[in-house]
Amino acid sequence: MTATAGTRRRRALRVGPVSFPVRARVTSCYLAVAVVVLVLFCLTVSIGEKAVPLRDVAAVLLGGGSPGDRFIVGELRLPRALVALGAGLALGASGALVQSVTRNPLASPDVIGILSGASTGAVAAIVLGATTAGGVLGVWGATPFAVVGGLVAAAAVVLLSWQGEVGGMRLVLVGIGVAAISTALTSLLLVGARVHEAAQAVVWLTGTLDGRTWTHAWPLLVTVAVVLPLLAPLQHPLAAMALGDAVAQGVGVRPGAVRFSAVGGATVLAAVAVAAAGPIAFVAFVAPQVMMRVIGSATPPVLGGGLAGAFLLLATDTATRTLLPVVLPVGIVTVALGAPCFLALLLARRRLLAS
Amino acid sequence: MIPPREVLGALFAPAGTDADVLVREARVPRTLVGVIAGGALGLAGALVQGHTRNPLADPGILGVGAGAAFAVCLGISAFGITSLERQVWLALLGALLVSAVVFAVGAPRGRQPAPVVLALVGTVVTALLTALTSAVLLLDSATITSFRFWTVGSLAGRGLDEAAVVLPFLLAGTVLAAGAARPLDAMALGEELAASLGNRLALARGLGVAAVALLTASAVAVAGPLVFVGLVAPHVARGITGPGHRRVLPLAAVVGVVTVLAADVVGRLVVHPEEVQVGIITALVGGPLFIAFVRRRRLASL
Repeated sequence: MTATAGTRRRRALRVGPVSFPVRARVTSCYLAVAVVVLVLFCLTVSIGEKAVPLRDVAAVLLGGGSPGDRFIVGELRLPRALVALGAGLALGASGALVQSVTRNPLASPDVIGILSGASTGAVAAIVLGATTAGGVLGVWGATPFAVVGGLVAAAAVVLLSWQGEVGGMRLVLVGIGVAAISTALTSLLLVGARVHEAAQAVVWLTGTLDGRTWTHAWPLLVTVAVVLPLLAPLQHPLAAMALGDAVAQGVGVRPGAVRFSAVGGATVLAAVAVAAAGPIAFVAFVAPQVMMRVIGSATPPVLGGGLAGAFLLLATDTATRTLLPVVLPVGIVTVALGAPCFLALLLARRRLLAS
Repeated sequence: MIPPREVLGALFAPAGTDADVLVREARVPRTLVGVIAGGALGLAGALVQGHTRNPLADPGILGVGAGAAFAVCLGISAFGITSLERQVWLALLGALLVSAVVFAVGAPRGRQPAPVVLALVGTVVTALLTALTSAVLLLDSATITSFRFWTVGSLAGRGLDEAAVVLPFLLAGTVLAAGAARPLDAMALGEELAASLGNRLALARGLGVAAVALLTASAVAVAGPLVFVGLVAPHVARGITGPGHRRVLPLAAVVGVVTVLAADVVGRLVVHPEEVQVGIITALVGGPLFIAFVRRRRLASL
């Protein structure tokens, strides 16, 4: 194909049957963010109440190190940092998928009730004692409950707002209603809970990375490692669908199937993050929007949103842990930072909405 | 369970029996708190829906309740304000500030705020204020015992003292609401028509916001943040009387009272001997109704 005037020839990367265009700006941005995330990850493991030099961190990771360092790094900081990394990836990618499907940046999983639904499921698990049970249930803990809760909420939002197409502000309003109902259900579950479990759930409900252990990290990391690579390629059909279903069908996209897998996958990702760290709000809203502006893409990028989410969550957690004079759950800080961003975007768009 | 005959006896000819004490010391104050909260929220909901011409507006959804709750928590924790009179002032300040912010952000200059914009602003402001409230409560373990009260509305543990303190605010709000009823009918025809009929819109809107803040603050101060009462009550009232605000406003207050008292009774019975806070019941009933309103209307303005 010859390059016509005004278009540039794109280089493509081909691996067997898979091929996709390589965009210099996107690739370099992703690499840069990935490097920053890696540096932040090492930093957050290294600094804290007792600083562990990076050399000693490396030694622990390679199986050596002093017993004290092994405990601090291996049991306290590494699971926490991994949960932050995994939850950030999951929430950011999930936000990008939902925002792409609804073609509405304001319809992020935080606002339309997916996080609330997953929280209701996870609180049910905590109250019913599933998190302290042994066997398979013990290993996966609240995760399956959160996934079921999230899927029920997502299905309710999509089905109740269905008008022959997904999207529009109706979905957002129905989502607000579903979020309110599931929040009330969560409170209802807490009424009957024993004091200890209720206290545990109340702190967890603000979204926290405190006291994360390997039992929180494993289900999250395994799910993200499996689901994220499956969902990242949806970027391209979703970008086509941004031009309308007819155009997308013209280039060989099946909009129904893409929507179904995007919303389902986004819900699973968000729910495992909620099960591991509680409903950390506004990461799913902010991350894809920031990355979209950085790389100059037309739709919220799935993988890029995940990377941005990992960066935001790691950075916020490290700052919360080390810079703030008080101990606060990270979820409170993300709301305090994310809510003004949301209002700013809403202000910029309200003229379009006030029809 | 106390039979009606004994309740009447306790109310009008108390003889000091256990039932008399229970009725006079626990049940009557609790009911009175429910009457205040439900009436104030029903009235505030009708006002806010009329002023914004937005069928989905509700003081709870718009974050006014969360604002009042946050202000009170901050006052208790940071300034050690324990007297209820001062707490009501704080609740009022928080409610006024949040109403002003939500309306300023939600309404583009010279245009009606779209229902979805107000709902989104309210949701996000509520999330922000709830997070800040949690932060205050988590940092100050002395206030954490009241955590549930300030996150979910409840009628338990509040009584005549609290009711007496909010009474002036409630009356002021009701008087303002009564004054705002006439311009509301004209405003339903559109701003330009209302202005040409001789209404001073800025004044009417200012009075309306003040009335909403006063009424919501009174309700929050006695019962904590209750969502959806202010959404549902005006809809029911309009269904009965038609759209005229002079009849909708008082009836919405009555429906609000009935809603809150019914929700409280249900909450006390479902998990007896535990009790479910009234705020949970109103959200469980109101949430589906909110979705039904979204689905039924094409979100036309009132």
